[in-house]
Amino acid sequence: MQFMLLFSRQGKLRLQKWYVPLSDKEKKKITRELVQTVLARKPKMCSFLEWRDLKIVYKRYASLYFCCAIEDQDNELITLEIIHRYVELLDKYFGSVCELDIIFNFEKAYFILDEFLLGGEAQETSKKNVLKAIEQADLLQEVRRLCFLKAFRGQKHFAVQVS
Amino acid sequence: MPAVSKGDGMRGLAVFISDIRNCKSKEAEIKRINKELANIRSKFKGDKALDGYSKKKYVCKLLFIFLLGHDIDFGHMEAVNLLSSNKYTEKQIGYLFISVLVNSNSELIRLINNAIKNDLSSRNPTFMCLALHCIANVGSREMAEAFAGEIPRILVAGDTMDSVKQSAALCLLRLYKTSPDLVLMGEWTSRVVHLLNDQHMGVVTAAISLITCLSQKNPDEFKTCVSLAVSRLSRIVSSASTDLQDYTYYFVPAPWLSCKLLRLLQCYPPPEDGAVKGRLVECLETILNKAQEPPKSKKVQHSNAKNAILFEAISLIIHYDSEPNLLVRACNQLGQFLQHRETNLRYLALESMCTLASSEFSHEAVKTHIETVINALKTERDVSVRQRAADLLYAMCDRSNAKQIVAEMLSYLETADYSIREEMVLKVAILAEKYAVDYSWYVDTILNLIRIAGDYVSEEVWYRVIQIVINRDDVQGYAAKTVFEALQAPACHENMVKVGGYILGEFGNLIAGDPRSSPLVQFNLLHSKFHLCSVPTRALLLSAYIKFINLFPETKSTIQEVLRSDSQIRNSDVELQQRAVEYLKLSSIASTDVLATVLEEMPPFPERESSILAKLKKKKGPGAVSVNELEEGKREGGELNGGGERGGDSSRSGALSLLSLLSPSQHPPSSQCLMLHSRAPRMVALRRSHCSSVDLHGFTCLFE
Repeated sequence: MQFMLLFSRQGKLRLQKWYVPLSDKEKKKITRELVQTVLARKPKMCSFLEWRDLKIVYKRYASLYFCCAIEDQDNELITLEIIHRYVELLDKYFGSVCELDIIFNFEKAYFILDEFLLGGEAQETSKKNVLKAIEQADLLQEVRRLCFLKAFRGQKHFAVQVS
Repeated sequence: MPAVSKGDGMRGLAVFISDIRNCKSKEAEIKRINKELANIRSKFKGDKALDGYSKKKYVCKLLFIFLLGHDIDFGHMEAVNLLSSNKYTEKQIGYLFISVLVNSNSELIRLINNAIKNDLSSRNPTFMCLALHCIANVGSREMAEAFAGEIPRILVAGDTMDSVKQSAALCLLRLYKTSPDLVLMGEWTSRVVHLLNDQHMGVVTAAISLITCLSQKNPDEFKTCVSLAVSRLSRIVSSASTDLQDYTYYFVPAPWLSCKLLRLLQCYPPPEDGAVKGRLVECLETILNKAQEPPKSKKVQHSNAKNAILFEAISLIIHYDSEPNLLVRACNQLGQFLQHRETNLRYLALESMCTLASSEFSHEAVKTHIETVINALKTERDVSVRQRAADLLYAMCDRSNAKQIVAEMLSYLETADYSIREEMVLKVAILAEKYAVDYSWYVDTILNLIRIAGDYVSEEVWYRVIQIVINRDDVQGYAAKTVFEALQAPACHENMVKVGGYILGEFGNLIAGDPRSSPLVQFNLLHSKFHLCSVPTRALLLSAYIKFINLFPETKSTIQEVLRSDSQIRNSDVELQQRAVEYLKLSSIASTDVLATVLEEMPPFPERESSILAKLKKKKGPGAVSVNELEEGKREGGELNGGGERGGDSSRSGALSLLSLLSPSQHPPSSQCLMLHSRAPRMVALRRSHCSSVDLHGFTCLFE
């Protein structure tokens, strides 16, 4: 995988993971163009498209688009399932995850991603093992229970297909 | 679940993010961000040393601001400081910051590498993983220099924990990709291959990506992996869905690992060992069989995982290209997918069939699906799928179906997306030339291309049609007639004028007998387009005009009138002016013999590689055009000269030799004249049309 982008329907970038070295300027350009291209696609279209010399695999979960760029010889369908597995992990961790979770806990989204994919390749495909690793890390945290409740209105859960 | 920050909270961060989200405008956002940046800057500079928690919070805020799209030029030092904290979360944030905001300051790099080294040797697996993740995320050359020796050791050491091994494998992969020269093969390589047998599936999953990449660059060193991969694959494919426990994904056993194993096998030719090969073929057959079984789950994840393996298996079968039975089965399976309800599967089937089409074993089988593919081209709503259908038609084209396919592609071109037109044009041009039995069909096709998608017809395409017409006597008359008719259209494309101008200039005489296409009619037709054309086209037309003077002396005065007009001889463009002046002079001074010699019919072009194929390859990248095609392109060039009896050592660099011939310093004018006569006509024929920017100074001198 060359990179993964998560963005909202308004084109706001919520997560960007780059697995190839690129300058900041190039990253911004790619993001701009690709987000535009994907947002222009209609709902019934297929999840794959050719863009520059890459294959793009994308899927929408509620208000968030998950978009991966893979190389010519990579397998599209398994990439779709990589996306799904990542959503499952987020969902398990946050409990019925929604876009706001990723906005307010963006660093966690990156940590979870790193446990699952490293260098653009899947390193652990057992859901249990990945979650165990993250929970262990959480336990190592200093426990400062600042419980604060903020009511966030009506955010749809996006992992509706999770079994 | 409400979006509460988990774990330790970092309340200040959550508040800040809220503030940003509540900003009503871009200006408000920037204002809030600047306020925060000023705050953080003062805290970092402050007298009091910040505690770990605060540092972490501010570094995280900076990271957030950066990810929003703003530039951050400080905070690296604080982030690096966090690396040496004993608290995991502080380390974690520190590592995240430096892997996202990569800094090339050498002092910072030194400190970072130090921190990583400490974590790697800490024997704490969680810390080790953090460090390895960082190296994998950054993958810089400095890190490669520092750690490329250490990581293979960690990877194969007996006491390394599984989770660390996984991270080490992929970390090494990243380093190998970015700095292959720094990752040296050693005794670790044989032990890495044996990771394929590890009992921890996660370790195998990670290791196999590394092995695949290494095998591509050092196939011999890693070839023992083939039999190990086959056994592993065989065990997975034949396992019940409960065997692999958490590695089963929606009733599919280890789909990611299966796909990776199949990918690894594509780095090597079919196994030589009979037993291994037998096992593998059995495996592939099982996978193909499973595709026909009823699904164990209605969920799309189940079918995606299952089909992912199926498609990868088909890729392997195509790569081997040696088992006719499997190839035909694969083709049939894809044929079924071509009509599947799910768009994704139709897309992938079309894509996969393209590669199948080039195998001699399955080419015929692929052709049987032509009607389905044509239907897809016409009716699919998704442009990506239509494009795949077009690609497949191109791949399955051969002599038997060329006319049908070219016709379909032409009609598709009329409504195709602009972004794909140029490629389509190139493909149609290639097919038309390759499979032309009847060259008048070829000429028609190219002219149709110009008519339908003139803007996207590149130079290579129309040069080619002219080359072919020049070289084939049998099609010259037809070409002249067709191009003449095409030019009658009120709005004809400029490329059509170029082609028309050239062909009529060379072969207008073949249709001049008919009063509807008499010389003057032809000239007026061309000239009526003159003012609508760009400079290069007008230059070409001027050359056509002088050729007309030679072919049709009765047009001389009319054409000279045009050449003499101010808009030509005083034209602001140098090339046009020069041509007008010189052609005018040539037509008035030269005798009919000399004129005929200078404007002799173009000799045939020599054989050479099709530039159209080269252009398509450049457009699509190396994979697009098979080696076969390029080779054939070279051979096909020979057919270029099929029609005519003209041999001739026509030199394409004629322009240059002409110049050297005519350079005034070498020869006095009169002897040049003689030399002009004594040479074989073709050598000296003025190839103006092909020289766009040749300095004709020498030529002018001749006629002063």
